[in-house]
Amino acid sequence: MNENIAQTNPRHGLLLALGLLSLLVASCGQSRVTSQSANRLTLTGSSTVAPLATEIARRYEDQHPGVRIDVQTGGSARGIADARSGVADIGMVSRDLKTSESDLLAFTIAGDGIALIVNRANPVTELSDEQVVAIYRGQIRNWSHVGGEDRTITVVNKAEGRSTLELFLSHFGLENSEIRADVVIGDNEQGVKTVAGLPGALGYVSIGTAETDAARGVSIRLLPMGGVEASVSSLQQGRFPLSRRLNLVSSLPPEGLAKSFIDFARSAEVADLVAGLAFVPIRP
Amino acid sequence: MNRNRKTDQLLGVLVKGCAILAGTLLLLVILYLVHESLPLLRTTGAGRLLTDSAWRPTSGQFGLWPMIAGTLTVTAGALLLATPIGLLSALFCRCYAPRPLGKLLRRILELLAGLPSVVYGFWGLVVLVPLIARIRPPGASVLAGILVVAIMVLPTIALLVDAALESVPADYSRGAAALGMTRWGALRGVILPAASSGIFTAVLLATARALGETMAALMVCGNVVRTPESLLDPVRTLTANIALEMAYAMDLHRSSLFATGLLLALIVTGLVALAEVLSPEGIDA
Amino acid sequence: MRESRTDRLLELACWCSAFMVLAIAGWILFDVMGHGFRRVDLNFLLGSPIDAGRQGGIAPILVSTVLILGVCMTVAVPIGVGAAVALSEYGSEGRRATRLIRASLDVLAGIPSIVFGLFGNALFCRALGMGFSIASGGLTLACMALPLVIRSTEEGLRSVPVEYRHAAAALGMSRTSTLVHLLLPAATPGLLVGLVLGIGRALAETAALLFTSGYVSRWPTSIFDSGRTLSVHIYDLSMNVPGGDGNSHASALVLVALLIGINLTASLMANVWLRRRIRT
Repeated sequence: MNENIAQTNPRHGLLLALGLLSLLVASCGQSRVTSQSANRLTLTGSSTVAPLATEIARRYEDQHPGVRIDVQTGGSARGIADARSGVADIGMVSRDLKTSESDLLAFTIAGDGIALIVNRANPVTELSDEQVVAIYRGQIRNWSHVGGEDRTITVVNKAEGRSTLELFLSHFGLENSEIRADVVIGDNEQGVKTVAGLPGALGYVSIGTAETDAARGVSIRLLPMGGVEASVSSLQQGRFPLSRRLNLVSSLPPEGLAKSFIDFARSAEVADLVAGLAFVPIRP
Repeated sequence: MNRNRKTDQLLGVLVKGCAILAGTLLLLVILYLVHESLPLLRTTGAGRLLTDSAWRPTSGQFGLWPMIAGTLTVTAGALLLATPIGLLSALFCRCYAPRPLGKLLRRILELLAGLPSVVYGFWGLVVLVPLIARIRPPGASVLAGILVVAIMVLPTIALLVDAALESVPADYSRGAAALGMTRWGALRGVILPAASSGIFTAVLLATARALGETMAALMVCGNVVRTPESLLDPVRTLTANIALEMAYAMDLHRSSLFATGLLLALIVTGLVALAEVLSPEGIDA
Repeated sequence: MRESRTDRLLELACWCSAFMVLAIAGWILFDVMGHGFRRVDLNFLLGSPIDAGRQGGIAPILVSTVLILGVCMTVAVPIGVGAAVALSEYGSEGRRATRLIRASLDVLAGIPSIVFGLFGNALFCRALGMGFSIASGGLTLACMALPLVIRSTEEGLRSVPVEYRHAAAALGMSRTSTLVHLLLPAATPGLLVGLVLGIGRALAETAALLFTSGYVSRWPTSIFDSGRTLSVHIYDLSMNVPGGDGNSHASALVLVALLIGINLTASLMANVWLRRRIRT
């Protein structure tokens, strides 16, 4: 009895394995066709814009039954690349377009800013731009040099590739290679938690995030920048120096569903959602 | 009988197909990693990738050395801490604990083994890191990484060693007692050697888990790309590097992260090969 | 048994280690439970996330989690069981191939999950065009779970005494019916344990899914939709959403409860099985 089995050709097994694999490939190829129907919109890009876009998409779907809008995060650079290649219908970008990106069309849906944050226990109330630069370059290492307690400064920086980092660097005229960071963080909330846990930390995050957290009793404080108080309201008045626009981008003039969605995202109908996530609604 | 033979043949082909599919999966994984990291390997070269210490992916510098050092330090530290405690806890379950307590401990270890690393990382970030920062800021450091990863791999070691001890026949310890050996003597001379290959497997698996730990390391290690000089310096592990930058990486940068993944896969392969050489019975026990 | 000073020291060390493990477990679990308890109720379990997850519940996330686990298991279990049967029952036919496959599975079991994430992203999401979807995530997890399923099924098969096989052959049973009626039932407890371990690991997985199943937190309509699992939800709430800690803790509590439930069911099932086997 065993001999029969011994004769089964191992090549048959290999064939079967290949067959299974090709079946898999085939079934997936089919799915691709079905997912790109007219009632479907894909947005990818900035993790700052994504929560807002998700909320807007939810409301839009409620008003237009049958439409599905998928929002995936992945950074502004991904948003640009996906909008260009057509992987996504709309890209999300949390900064203005660069000159090298002028082939794309940008539609601003909200405003945001970047605030310096310190631990609430830190008595320092203001840092000049020069002091911030010196701290991030590692030339000032102790809070006592900038009018605070005798405590080592823990410099919190963002990971490479994020537009918050780019904006921060260009505002202060810094190069990422000169920065002497003690902690490198990914998302905003990780920065907030890190600063809240370390009395000597200095970091920077999106104003919306920082203000929401501070209002909820998280142990952080926002520092004014260039003498302007860091808050959503000073951002709204256009006085805050380190601000950015949150954009939806597309490679072609949008039409159909994409146009309808972008118009919706820029309309007064979603102003409460924008404010709810502590961003600044655009002025119509 | 003829029909039986046909079904038997079909079965043979079917299960062998499954085995080949499973066996080629590793090859597929490695091929894909190589394919995706090729653009970078062509421009930078593997040697520079491994030895350079500057990681500035947006300006074209891709040195992995500080992260390799970081990963190895955290892994080694975590194992040094977790292995003895895990071993002793397993011994406790088997030899010393009153039955209900041993059972409870085993249940809790199973639960700890299943907790997502995010939960450990979160706990490390809000509890452990501020505590360490009191000694010296920033607190997010090699030490924090070692402690959190040690806690995470401890259940793996304890449970596997416990299972290995269970499989040692009860006659062995009875025989040792009959010979008048002390408990320690019996353990050292009879029981631990009998369970040694199981213990070896446990440590090996724990090493792989420690090497591969991502989310918790990302949250508590500080993520600064610098070769650590003390336990209180921040580090970035290879896994954290991928998780931190993958969503934002394009082109060569993305390719460099696949190269990071390839390196991790090769380290694990080397580890398993080493284990195969070191342990005479193989690691299947 | 004789007692010596080393013995007493060892016993002390054991008690200390056990106490330490219990203390740490208590600390972490208390931290999670304490914050999550008040938020978990029926509305939380049956509602959809609102306001980026700060409000509302986790129902769609639970559904996505189940779907991803479902895809993972439907792929990993048949292939895994088949491969285990081939390795342990047909292994003697091609010793070198068997050894090679075993070795590659050992390596596969040790590959970090995030590397599987990269692989899944490159193969399933991009090359096969499945995009960020439950299918991509489930298949990636299946690759991860495969070595575990194979290993534990093999353990189960190995526990069947050789005499059984000989007896079956002597009775003229075909290989297929030996497998179906004798070997697989005997291997079931082992397989079950492997399944539970696999489900546990898959439930806890975050890193691999970030790049494969995506972030979408809505009700999935098919497995080609993007969906986030409970672990990804916990990560997103605690790292990306200001004020998301409350619901993050609550989700972690639900996850812990699920894990305890799965572990208990498995040990219960294994017990019942063992008893039935002894009776027959």
